[in-house]
Amino acid sequence: MIRFRYIVIGLAAVLILGGLVRAAESRFPPPEFENGHEFPQTTTPQTREGVFAYIDSIVLLGTLGLATYLALKKRRRKAILGLTVFSLLYFGFYREGCICPIGAIQNVTMSFFDPLYAVPIVVIIFFLLPLIFTLFFGRTFCSSVCPLGAIQEIVLLKPISVPRWLESGLRLFAYLYLGLAILFAATGSAFLICRYDPFVGFFRLSGNANILVFGACFLIVGMFVGRPYCRFLCPLGVIFRQISRISKKRVTITPDECIKCRLCEESCPYGAIQKPAEQWTKEQYKKSKIRIAFLLILLPVLIFLGGMIGKSVKNTLAQMHPTVRLAERVRMEETGQVEGTTDASDAFRTTGVENVELYEQASNIRQSFGLGGILLGAFLGFIIGMKLILVSVWRERKDYEADRASCFACGRCFEYCPVEHKKRNERKQQ
Amino acid sequence: MAEKSPDRPDRRQFLAETMRYAALGVFGAIGGITLAKRHRLVKEGLCTEDGPCSGCSQFVKCYRPQVWQIDPYKCTACGNCATHCVLEESAVKCVQVYPICGYCKICFGFFEPNPYEIDEGAENQLCPTGAILREFIEDPYYEYTIDESLCIGCGKCVKGCNTFGNGSFFLQVRHDRCENCNECAIAAACPSDAFVRVPADNPYLLKKAGHS
Ligand code: SF4
Ligand code: SF4
Ligand code: SF4
Repeated sequence: MIRFRYIVIGLAAVLILGGLVRAAESRFPPPEFENGHEFPQTTTPQTREGVFAYIDSIVLLGTLGLATYLALKKRRRKAILGLTVFSLLYFGFYREGCICPIGAIQNVTMSFFDPLYAVPIVVIIFFLLPLIFTLFFGRTFCSSVCPLGAIQEIVLLKPISVPRWLESGLRLFAYLYLGLAILFAATGSAFLICRYDPFVGFFRLSGNANILVFGACFLIVGMFVGRPYCRFLCPLGVIFRQISRISKKRVTITPDECIKCRLCEESCPYGAIQKPAEQWTKEQYKKSKIRIAFLLILLPVLIFLGGMIGKSVKNTLAQMHPTVRLAERVRMEETGQVEGTTDASDAFRTTGVENVELYEQASNIRQSFGLGGILLGAFLGFIIGMKLILVSVWRERKDYEADRASCFACGRCFEYCPVEHKKRNERKQQ
Repeated sequence: MAEKSPDRPDRRQFLAETMRYAALGVFGAIGGITLAKRHRLVKEGLCTEDGPCSGCSQFVKCYRPQVWQIDPYKCTACGNCATHCVLEESAVKCVQVYPICGYCKICFGFFEPNPYEIDEGAENQLCPTGAILREFIEDPYYEYTIDESLCIGCGKCVKGCNTFGNGSFFLQVRHDRCENCNECAIAAACPSDAFVRVPADNPYLLKKAGHS
């Protein structure tokens, strides 16, 4: 509703302003030519968007299907790599990175909160298709369709392994990023994911210098740490992690029975291969039971603490909203705390909207940030609590397995499995 | 492959399956709600094609993608358009709507406030790249045309024309160049909230001639 009022005021302002400008148009009466000169037409070159939207959706469906087939049935790293390159070229360099399923999170969020925003159907398709595929087949979207994943996949040179605790800790950034992106999209402040997309500048071969440097850092780190953006920052990645845990099918390292040769152990650059779990002793069981009980009590405390912290930073968060910034500036100008005006405050004054109205809008936005901040903090508290609980649970695992959540379905491990090679030879001989 | 691992307790599989369909339901709901909302908004008049929905039977049109455009009545020609676009050379350029133009001999969009002389000398021009062509039509009328390959979208001429003239110069996102970013970098930096989303097949917001 806040937003709605804001837009109505804006519209009214446009009408008034429009009226003023229109009045100004008659300052100099347009000429009537005697020599028969005709007014040239103003050119309006059309967008490429209309057609491409539909082509993109079809290409997305096709690549997703193919990626799934290659990772689950065909099981060839080379073929997967080929598709990865194609996606990088098409979605990345040719279509220049927009719209992507990661950013679509924000459009969908905004559609739920901004009463006047409608998501184009292409964006809905780009949002839902990868989620549905992941729900049934694991992260095949990440394997060879996502252009951001693809560019990192290709620069990977000499992967070093990241300790599990560090990996898990760094992943909190991704949850934080997801929470912030949703908060800012819901309040109509900004599209964080798009603004800080590290690779889109490379796809377009131009862009904001800071972001290009940021992206270059990711690529350099990405030469030694597999897919740093995917593992530690991608907001869609953490959603994929959760839903691939319950996927119907998934990538398996060996096509058949695992013979525990351990050859695949080191093959995954993303640390997704889990060793068979050792049976715990009675002692260990007991210990972990106590720990879980303790952590279960801790969970609500963490959620509460998170909420408190979230609430206390609401004003900082609200700074992201242009209206809040504008209101603060205008107030400072009004009370004489600053000299001069900014473009934004000048533009505001030409709309003829009262200062108090602006302040009220801003305080409403701050209020929604208060609630949003609490939710964001509670969400992070919950995630931290759950992480702690999950490491204390013993799960049966007899074979070398790819962790459902972390596996990008890149297919590197297939080539290391002797069972796989035996199968391939058998197939060849037939 | 995965589903036939016999070591897994059945309970877990059952749980996963239930959750899978629950998740599918959630995705379906998200898709359904967003689509329904879009449909409602289009009906209520989001369709800028011909005002409120007239049931034009071009169903597909309601679902067209959107692109960015500048509302010329809101733009204050602040200059950010020239510098904030993700493209090296901004996708925003100045356009001229001829029927609004006064064809003035002394154009406030073309000349410096106090020109040395009323001629096409570069030192007399407002435009930093000399992108405006001035052509004599008949006494006392001159036609002003933007050479888009030179225009950098700085809006200097727009400011001049709007303040003292008819306002026939104004800035527009040129869609042969625009990448259609999900969040337009200029929109994020625009002080006057002038960027709006418009349907991709009707992507310009040209000023209309006040007279005629
Ligand atoms: S984790 Fe994110 S960036 Fe990486 S491949 Fe998946 S969707 Fe793309
Ligand atoms: S940033 Fe906004 S106000 Fe400034 S020139 Fe561009 S559209 Fe106009
Ligand atoms: S959408 Fe992107 S390319 Fe187009 S004007 Fe905005 S910043 Fe420039």
